Amino acid sequence: MLRLLASREALLLGAIAVLLALIATRFPAFVAPSNLAGVFNDTAPLILLAIGQMIVILTKCIDLSVAANLALTGMVVAMINVAAPGVPVVVILAVAIGLGTLLGMVNGILVWKLDIPPIVVTLGTMTIFRGIIFLLSEGSWVNSHEMSPAFKAFPRAEILGQPVLSWIAVLAVILFAVVMTRTSLGRAFYAVGGNPHAATYTGIDVGKTQFWAFTISGALAGLTGYLWVSRYAVAYVDIASGFELDVVAACVIGGISIAGGIGTVGGALLGAIFLGVIKNALPVVNISPFWQLAISGSAIIIAVAVNARASRSKGRIILKTAEHAA
Amino acid sequence: MLMQTDTQKDTDLSPVLELDGVTKTFPGVKALDGVTLRLYPGQVTALVGENGAGKSTVVKIMTGIYQPDGGDIRVDGEAIRFPTAQDAARAGITAIHQETVLFDELSVAENIFLGHAPRTRLGLIDWATMNAKATEILRGIGAEIDPHHKLHDLGIANKHLVAIARALSIDARVVIMDEPTAALSHKEIEELYELVEKLKAQGKAILFISHKFDEIFRIADRYTVFRDGQFVGDGSIAEVEESDLVKMMVGRDVAQIFPTRTSQIGDEVLQVVGYEHPTEFADIGFTLRQGEILGFYGLVGAGRSEFMQSLFGITKPSKGVVKIDGQVRVIRSPADAVENGIVYVPEDRGKQGAITALPIFQNVTLPSLKRTSKNGFIRLAEEFALAREYTQRLDLRAASLDTHVGNLSGGNQQKVVIAKWLATQPKVIILDEPTKGIDIGSKAAVHEFMAELAAQGLAVIMVSSEIPEVLGMSDRVIVMREGRMVTEVSGDDLTPETLVRHAAGI
Amino acid sequence: MTTTTDASTGRHIPDRLRSPLEARLKSWESLLLLVAIAIFIANSLASPYFLNAWNLSDATFNFTEKAMIGFAMALLIISGEIDLSVASIIALASTAMGAAVQFGVGTPGLVLIGLGTGLICGAFNGVLVTRMGLPSIVVTIGSMSLFRGISYIVLGDQAYGGYPSSFAFFGQGYVWWVISFEFALFAVLAVIYGVLLHKTNFGRAVYAIGNNATGAMFSGIRVERVKFTLFLLTGLMSGLAAICLTSRLGSTRPSIGFGWELEIVTMVVLGGVSILGGSGTIPGVVIAAFVMGLVTFGLGLLNVPGIVMSIVIGALLIGVIALPRLWAKWRA
Repeated sequence: MLRLLASREALLLGAIAVLLALIATRFPAFVAPSNLAGVFNDTAPLILLAIGQMIVILTKCIDLSVAANLALTGMVVAMINVAAPGVPVVVILAVAIGLGTLLGMVNGILVWKLDIPPIVVTLGTMTIFRGIIFLLSEGSWVNSHEMSPAFKAFPRAEILGQPVLSWIAVLAVILFAVVMTRTSLGRAFYAVGGNPHAATYTGIDVGKTQFWAFTISGALAGLTGYLWVSRYAVAYVDIASGFELDVVAACVIGGISIAGGIGTVGGALLGAIFLGVIKNALPVVNISPFWQLAISGSAIIIAVAVNARASRSKGRIILKTAEHAA
Repeated sequence: MLMQTDTQKDTDLSPVLELDGVTKTFPGVKALDGVTLRLYPGQVTALVGENGAGKSTVVKIMTGIYQPDGGDIRVDGEAIRFPTAQDAARAGITAIHQETVLFDELSVAENIFLGHAPRTRLGLIDWATMNAKATEILRGIGAEIDPHHKLHDLGIANKHLVAIARALSIDARVVIMDEPTAALSHKEIEELYELVEKLKAQGKAILFISHKFDEIFRIADRYTVFRDGQFVGDGSIAEVEESDLVKMMVGRDVAQIFPTRTSQIGDEVLQVVGYEHPTEFADIGFTLRQGEILGFYGLVGAGRSEFMQSLFGITKPSKGVVKIDGQVRVIRSPADAVENGIVYVPEDRGKQGAITALPIFQNVTLPSLKRTSKNGFIRLAEEFALAREYTQRLDLRAASLDTHVGNLSGGNQQKVVIAKWLATQPKVIILDEPTKGIDIGSKAAVHEFMAELAAQGLAVIMVSSEIPEVLGMSDRVIVMREGRMVTEVSGDDLTPETLVRHAAGI
Repeated sequence: MTTTTDASTGRHIPDRLRSPLEARLKSWESLLLLVAIAIFIANSLASPYFLNAWNLSDATFNFTEKAMIGFAMALLIISGEIDLSVASIIALASTAMGAAVQFGVGTPGLVLIGLGTGLICGAFNGVLVTRMGLPSIVVTIGSMSLFRGISYIVLGDQAYGGYPSSFAFFGQGYVWWVISFEFALFAVLAVIYGVLLHKTNFGRAVYAIGNNATGAMFSGIRVERVKFTLFLLTGLMSGLAAICLTSRLGSTRPSIGFGWELEIVTMVVLGGVSILGGSGTIPGVVIAAFVMGLVTFGLGLLNVPGIVMSIVIGALLIGVIALPRLWAKWRA
């Protein structure tokens, strides 16, 4: 199974390579390192959210409120920036992560303490968060010229030739790869999703672990909220509307099982990159961007079909002859 | 009633773990009513009781899953509480459960060490040490299992070994084995006994829960009996007879008597020719007549259930023909099987047999809705009439026909499943381990009823791993081994020795 | 023999302990009805324009189209599956009709195309879920993007219009006084789905599957056939809703009905259907439709913008599920 999981990610890596090769035959400029770095930078928000979503899905839950959380935190920090342009970016970052965490905790508490199905909880909080943005902003936009230069500059600032936004995604991937493989909490996410019953017997509190999953997802959404708003230099009620589905799509394409217990940070990363490459390649290869939705939809369906085929059980092997043949 | 109080004369040791007057109440049920249980180092204590006696509840209290409402838990004589499962583990108490409650998607090593994995200096999980330690522990119990493998690549016996390795990894002082042999073959059971001896030698206190008396008398040093959530008695195994234990369990004299039946064998109903599946079974062929009970004996995992489920249309055979009343029939789904008069009472009642969240009457009428309805519209009066007729025939005990099946005891759930199928007026009924996990009283009722069904001309197939049941009920017995039909025995050849020999391939 | 009772003389078991009426009074639906009445009263007190037949009639358009899909969705969710692609089916069906208009297809043809597109989409989801055994939540998140994506490919930022005037009846016509065609259709469908779920063998199978699909299969229920039928029905209802909505709006954009899937799921869950499958009723969904319609309409009369209403709907969704659980916890 370890080999199979590895090959599942290898398969996706291969698919991305083939995709890039196909594009390169006609538009070699697309695969130039600088352009690929640009694609990665563009995909960074999706990567951040996909990591959080992966953890939530691992625990047999789903978080449909991530995009609304992103939009709400983004609006709040944008408004703070407008009201007090002098507040340093570090504080802004702390507020974004803190508020995102808080919103994630609301989901987590409802799932943990009241045992409400996660899809219901996050469907509800998704609409509530969006509504709160409207109440706060009274429907108006925060535009680029209202934001302070420092506020806007942070995600674009370059370290070693790459923007901070990209570095944050890289750091998140490394951090969560370690968390998921080398810490008790990381392993608890797998245990809870793989067999909640057994997890209880092992002394792992299923509800509490799910709570932490939502909290992490919320924290990442909050962080992304600031990055999104500062990078695109605009905040309004509907930013990232429908993005939660892209995030779930990235996870599904990345081989994370919706039934829980199976998935890796690497898978989420590759799933997000796959979608990112498609999104960025469409205009280059002269396909209308209107194709993007249909393509990512097809990608989800194909990915889930391929994953299901790979993990289909073959039934028990009882016959001796069959054992040798297998 | 026989009431024995604890006698310390057989041991001078003091108990490692002691439950004293422990009570646990659930809404509407007093699951435990002041029970006492003592576990001594280096001794195996068998916990005996019928289903519903409170055995699983007591295990859950000892492992920190449930909190007692009253009474004391003492470790080394000191009162203690286990607010979580982790606390119980820290006190050195570990359980190996009926169904191996482990993680299929995680590696063998991680299954052993989850929750107490070795750490690096940075506090991160140290996989290399974990794998090495896992290999060491597995070798120690004679298991050659690669710790890197995912658990779901392992067979059931190896999974048990991993569960035992887990118990050893936390340096347990008390090991609870909850029906550990239920899914094991004879050979694997022998290996398990050796392991239990090893654990005993290491001074661990073992609680052994089992329904099988041969096992209890083979392995246990002491016994404790529960009945209806109450402590009935305990003592040394050497000083007790099997009949005494049974008497304490049920509160009355019970001998396992099978109904005497004179078989009225009629016409041939079912003929199976050359049934085959790519991995599960091969070369299966037999005939079955009205009024006959055909037993299927074999070790657990011999492919009997797999074949029966194929006959019932759950899995597709790669080859083979089924004839009913001499006509070739194609069975692609259970619905096809039911239409052709073949019905199946599965071993797994909770998942496959009954729909526990629905009321009794709806369970009974589910496959017969075509008969109780009119043009596809439900007629409740007809449904209740049908459900009443068949549940009464089976002497079901329930508050009302509207009661959810999940609220019934195992024996009564089984009656609902059988009633459901009889209501379809089948030709062939397949019973897969029909009395597994149900209490002695209900067991006798099921046997009685099987005899009655055969007497009424129904053709019965019974899959059973209990030799007395197979011998006591069957007219003929087919023995399976490793997915193949080994032999068919009837008449004077029907002896325990023949069955065991063919099943084990000796 | 030592069993205590002779097996041939089974004891009498009563059919029911609680009367069906008592069960009904203590049900979720009764609670929800009280909520609906309370909102109705609050609305009439808050706005003088509320208690006006035409205004109320207008208000029904807030939920009739969604409720049509909600009925089928309720059955699907009770069976343990879900279809998140319904709003995208509306978009695709509407686009198909809009394209047909450009070729001069008349109203009957448009209706067939709308319903047909819905059926095809439902069959697509159904095949993936029942034949290939894929989880419906993922499949329909995929087909949700795919179906609407096709609309975007066809239309881009354009719109289809020019629907024949007879086509306007479905979304704008009235059958009698203030009773719109849509409302009449909603009422008829409520009855049909209520009977289908509560009074037929098919409905019984839906409950059995939702509670334990394996057990249902082992009881001889053709589980996959039932589920496939439910996906077909959900697709068909989405096609029907597409006809009504397109007719009401008079034009087709690819963003038509955007986000409706979540409102429909909210309606169904609010109506007492367990998102985990196995329980729920059509009367519950009907009342939930009214509750959502009344809230939207009432707040609209008070000039509260639509997005704020979504807070109320979201809070309602979580609140109605959380409150009984909080109450139970508090009592325990």
